[in-house]
Amino acid sequence: MNWFVLPHLAWSGLASRAAIALLVVCAPLAAARAADAVSTADAPPQVPDTIQQRVKACSTCHGVHGEGSPGDGVFPRLAGKPAAYLAQQLAYFQHGLRKYAPMEYTVRQLSPAYMEEIAAYFSAQEAPYHQSPVPSVSAAVMERGKQLVERGDSTRGIPSCVSCHGERLTGVEPAMPGLAGLSYDYVSAQIGSWRTHTRAAKSPDCMAIVANRLRDSDITAVAAWLGSLPPPTDMHAQPAGVEKQVLPGWCVASDAGVTP
Amino acid sequence: MKRWIAGLLVVVLVLAALAWMFFPSPRERSPQSALPQVNAATLRDPALIARGEYLAAVGDCAACHTRKGGVRYAGGRSLATPFGNVPASNLTPDPDTGLGRWSFEDFWRALHLGEGRHGELLYPVFSYTSFTKVTHDDALAIFAYLQSLPPVRQASEQPSLRFPYSLRRSLAAWRALYFKPGVYQPDPAQSEQWNRGAYLVQGLGHCNECHATRDALGGLSPDHTLTGGQIPEQNWYAPDLSVNQGGGLEGWNKGDIVDLLKTGQSTKGAAFGPMADVVRKSTQHMTDTDLDAIATYLQSLPARPAAQAPVSRVTFDRKKGAKLYADRCADCHGADGRGVAGIYPPLDGNTSINEPTGINAIRTVLLGGFAPVTAGNPRPYSMPPYAQELNDEDVAAVVSYIRQSWSNKAPAVRPSDVSVYRHTPID
Ligand code: HEC
Ligand code: HEC
Ligand code: HEC
Ligand code: HEC
Repeated sequence: MNWFVLPHLAWSGLASRAAIALLVVCAPLAAARAADAVSTADAPPQVPDTIQQRVKACSTCHGVHGEGSPGDGVFPRLAGKPAAYLAQQLAYFQHGLRKYAPMEYTVRQLSPAYMEEIAAYFSAQEAPYHQSPVPSVSAAVMERGKQLVERGDSTRGIPSCVSCHGERLTGVEPAMPGLAGLSYDYVSAQIGSWRTHTRAAKSPDCMAIVANRLRDSDITAVAAWLGSLPPPTDMHAQPAGVEKQVLPGWCVASDAGVTP
Repeated sequence: MKRWIAGLLVVVLVLAALAWMFFPSPRERSPQSALPQVNAATLRDPALIARGEYLAAVGDCAACHTRKGGVRYAGGRSLATPFGNVPASNLTPDPDTGLGRWSFEDFWRALHLGEGRHGELLYPVFSYTSFTKVTHDDALAIFAYLQSLPPVRQASEQPSLRFPYSLRRSLAAWRALYFKPGVYQPDPAQSEQWNRGAYLVQGLGHCNECHATRDALGGLSPDHTLTGGQIPEQNWYAPDLSVNQGGGLEGWNKGDIVDLLKTGQSTKGAAFGPMADVVRKSTQHMTDTDLDAIATYLQSLPARPAAQAPVSRVTFDRKKGAKLYADRCADCHGADGRGVAGIYPPLDGNTSINEPTGINAIRTVLLGGFAPVTAGNPRPYSMPPYAQELNDEDVAAVVSYIRQSWSNKAPAVRPSDVSVYRHTPID
């Protein structure tokens, strides 16, 4: 404002001093006006140029920091899960391997690179875990759950959950999700979904095999045991290569290494 | 209503029977046409193949001919029509399950005449009613490209249509009514650019297959092109594409159209639903010259007769709608409905809100989602889905509110409409 009149005023020292005085008085006023304008209804909303702002479609259900809905009941937690695992699940929704219409619609238009960025955002979030209620089950059921989690059941060809999901059950980098902190409802629902083919992975689909070897009562047992464990203080996935037990042949991708 | 449909069915059956009796099978009818023989060397020309790849993107062939998560062009996606499902075929050069044994002549018949390799009539969900306008040279390039793909062995399923549609012969009647084969004829009174645009829109781009209203037999009337219509089964509304008075895109300039087709967003609105697929898979890959041509042609579509003032008796709770809007939507779309340029689409004057049915706004509010990822918009912003948070009354109130705010004057919608579209499958 008024810049263009300055050269003319600069003619006399008095005029130029007056101009400076005017500026000193006006500049803050103008600034205040500008600030005002932002808060009036007619100004366009200010939109932060952040990934957090971009993923509002996700955070409305999963929480701004991927904390999930209470108890993971409806919307699972995303915070802290390995980034490669999350990116892969988004791709599975896109390819129809994992089925849930609202997710399929949301991820439909995304590129692999953008899905990786979104996955990295949620993976890097730290949100406190809350323990959710577990239905009361007998001590024998709990014992069966503990057995499956820690040692598996060789008579049914079920390796222990820790053999894949990590000794501390917090997952293994780069892509093995943790089981610690998951609720009873979430674990039982997911295991059910591999049996009803609404969730699947690219071959080898290890969890589909595990899920189908479990008895119905086993699902209750592992879900109850896992849901009752207090979440460990360090929730980060273990570094790759810490698995002590060798993976079963049906869970090893042919092209060396473990999938995912 | 039921009676009326039954009546139509009888008409179809009679027509089908007549056609069966009097039309010889197409193979018998048309002797080998005078197409020059295409030799194998021609088909291996890299320049021809590259042009074919571009044209196949313009025609969006992969969108239908690829199963979700499957190999591109290997077929398998089943297309839903009101008459049943038709799987799109495998277009890779596998000899048994794809086009491996096809000659260019066979391919030309499919694209131009809607006939399969054995003379069987093809279902018009394959957009040959538009593709018939494609030139011989362009068809050859597309064929060369398809033949250059790695063959994939993947048999298609059989179509599952209801009687009488299940009889391919019954299509003879449909075709007599709705299909006029013929390559695009340039209009000498128009510029070269306009003609290119018209060729792309009416032919390979097959825009009219979505952007026009289909009648009860699934046919498109030649008198109503690009005037907008509800896509059967998918239940999205593809708007009128005229930019002139009364048109669905009234006020859009050339730049707006090009931006939308190239990046998935423009200052007038963003692409979503089936149009987001079209942009991501097809139009964003078009050259600037072709996009300009399309925009030029669309700019020339005539003004539309003013819609009669909506005699809608639907009322809604405006206070509730306004409150919901202020609480849930204004942060992004602005209290004034003008959105944020390049980030959030404006709702004031937006085609998707003012379209006659209200479907697009209802479903967008329920589903939310991202604008398509394109080279021009690699990290789009997104809209939250409200299906979980808002019940049918709430959605109807806020959608009716945006349809009757600012300059928008579209009829209100009912909670019962919301409940219908809440359950529409997304594919
Ligand atoms: C052989 C390896 C293996 C074993 C054993 C195994 N899992 Fe898994 N699990 C996986 C893989 C791989 C995934 C990722 C699945 C995917 O990509 O779909 C997974 C995922 C899961 C998930 C989903 C996590 C989430 O955040 O959605 C749950 C729940 C689960 N496993 C539970 C179990 C339980 C309970 C056991 C023991 C009974 C078990 N798993 C044993 C390999 C295994
Ligand atoms: C809107 C979806 C759609 C689009 C777009 C589409 N097709 Fe098809 N196409 C189909 C369906 C469905 C069939 C099967 C029709 C039938 O069985 O009668 C088909 C059949 C064909 C056939 C006949 C195959 C056979 O085995 O008989 C050819 C050739 C073909 N399409 C080529 C193309 C080309 C080239 C393009 C792009 C220029 C294309 N299609 C775009 C849906 C589509
Ligand atoms: C598969 C169906 C389909 C095809 C094919 C299709 N469209 Fe669309 N189009 C839609 C739908 C549905 C909408 C409404 C949703 C939206 O606005 O994004 C739409 C909207 C549009 C819009 C308005 C976008 C807005 O923000 O309001 C334009 C412009 C458009 N289409 C142009 C075209 C052109 C040009 C072609 C051909 C090259 C084409 N469409 C082909 C379904 C289709
Ligand atoms: C976090 C920001 C955000 C909020 C909140 C939001 N939207 Fe949107 N809205 C968007 C984005 C981004 C798009 C483009 C989405 C696309 O292209 O798929 C959009 C698209 C739309 C469209 C389609 C217009 C077009 O041209 O694409 C309508 C209608 C709409 N929003 C209505 C609403 C209503 C009503 C609400 C409140 C109930 C709302 N929006 C809340 C971000 C938002």
